[in-house]
Amino acid sequence: MTIPATHADVPAPLGLLAELTHRCPLACPYCSNPLALESRTDELDTATWTRVFHEAAALGVLQVHLSGGEPASRRDLIQIVAAAHDAGLYTNLITSAVGLDVARLTRLKESGLDHVQVSLQDVDAASADHIAGYPGAHTRKLAFARSVVELELALTVNAVIHRANVDRVPAFVELAASLGAGRVEIAHTQYYGWALRNRAALMPTRAQVHQAMQDVETIRPRYAGRLAIDLVVPDYYARRPKACVGGWARRSLNVTPSGRVLPCHAAETIPGLEFWSVRDRSLRTIWTESPAFQAFRGTDWMVEPCRSCALREVDFGGCRCQALAIAGNAAFADPACELSPHHARMLELAEQESSDAEISYAYRGRHAASNVTATPAR
Amino acid sequence: MDDSEAPSLPERPRLAPGVRLHFDSTRNAWVLLGPERVIETEGPAHEILRRCDGSRTVPQIIDELAALYAADRAEIAGDVADMLLELVAKRMLAG
Repeated sequence: MTIPATHADVPAPLGLLAELTHRCPLACPYCSNPLALESRTDELDTATWTRVFHEAAALGVLQVHLSGGEPASRRDLIQIVAAAHDAGLYTNLITSAVGLDVARLTRLKESGLDHVQVSLQDVDAASADHIAGYPGAHTRKLAFARSVVELELALTVNAVIHRANVDRVPAFVELAASLGAGRVEIAHTQYYGWALRNRAALMPTRAQVHQAMQDVETIRPRYAGRLAIDLVVPDYYARRPKACVGGWARRSLNVTPSGRVLPCHAAETIPGLEFWSVRDRSLRTIWTESPAFQAFRGTDWMVEPCRSCALREVDFGGCRCQALAIAGNAAFADPACELSPHHARMLELAEQESSDAEISYAYRGRHAASNVTATPAR
Repeated sequence: MDDSEAPSLPERPRLAPGVRLHFDSTRNAWVLLGPERVIETEGPAHEILRRCDGSRTVPQIIDELAALYAADRAEIAGDVADMLLELVAKRMLAG
């Protein structure tokens, strides 16, 4: 097969998000996986993942992020890590820590695992377990995080931030430091998939977001040299959009549990895109030629205000999925940008939804009647 | 760990857990891989980094680099210290 000349300058991707399974013991209301999850029977087998890792490395991918759902739900996780390592990839395990023990973690390390990212839902066990929809999860996560450090594996603590915990960002950072993490990710909720359904319960107020962002900059110097603090910035109160996934089809790609290859985690929400599968084609062919990747690659697809914007190759117009969700068209500017005609609408949505003091979550796979309503601890 | 500890150079530097040096054959460059980090190294950087294995002291690394490039030791010493301090600040180097 020859690659058409127009694809010769397609940059090589750096990262692969391998969504090994959609199965997960937790039911976090901010989950950005799709409303309809892929089933276990459709999941790729070990041999196919092994091929995907080798194809990814040959394509230029340096790091693989093993994610889900909960990757530990796969019985072949150790073989999967070994395969990714053998392919020469830097292996990052993104886990809830529920379903993993020290024995399995030790074997993962021996198989070449480079880094572990553990999610925490809050700094307080009762609140954290309520958010995760899983009693006892927080205590298990803390014990597991300590095991990661004891085994001399690199640890990142991931904290997804929303209205119920936005006031405790400094406490999250301190907890991560006390666990021996080298990095903490303060990730303001991204409203895709299931999270979009819960947006009204998750959205912080503008004042809360402002304070949380200021808090990080205040405490950052205190942790210099011992804890890297990375931010996933909140969109709804922003003035400029984030360069979502570093630009569509530019730096990274996702493989879903069943093998569909996506330019971003939420790309399937965009109607009319044609996704190809690793079951049918090589990763290289998909990366360079698949219609979904070509749809928003570069800047030719842009309309105003993006098309003539000086920052079009800085933020790449922001997020396509958010443009669709708020502005109604995936080719429009991300409404997080103040130049978007839909910017005011986005801000209005956030201010309206965050004004409700009551927080009531819809938990995935559970009837609304079983939901517990809580007001955030302040 | 002491809260007030200012970043300083470890006696025998080694790459921090979760950090490794990798030759990227697609881009024909040595890269330092870490948690959500890819740092492309320039010039002699990889020769310094490959010696950060926990067995060599900083003066030893400087000696070896000066010999390798037949360069002025004082100049090399400054470059090595600057680079290693930057990596300590990024938490990619341990002692």
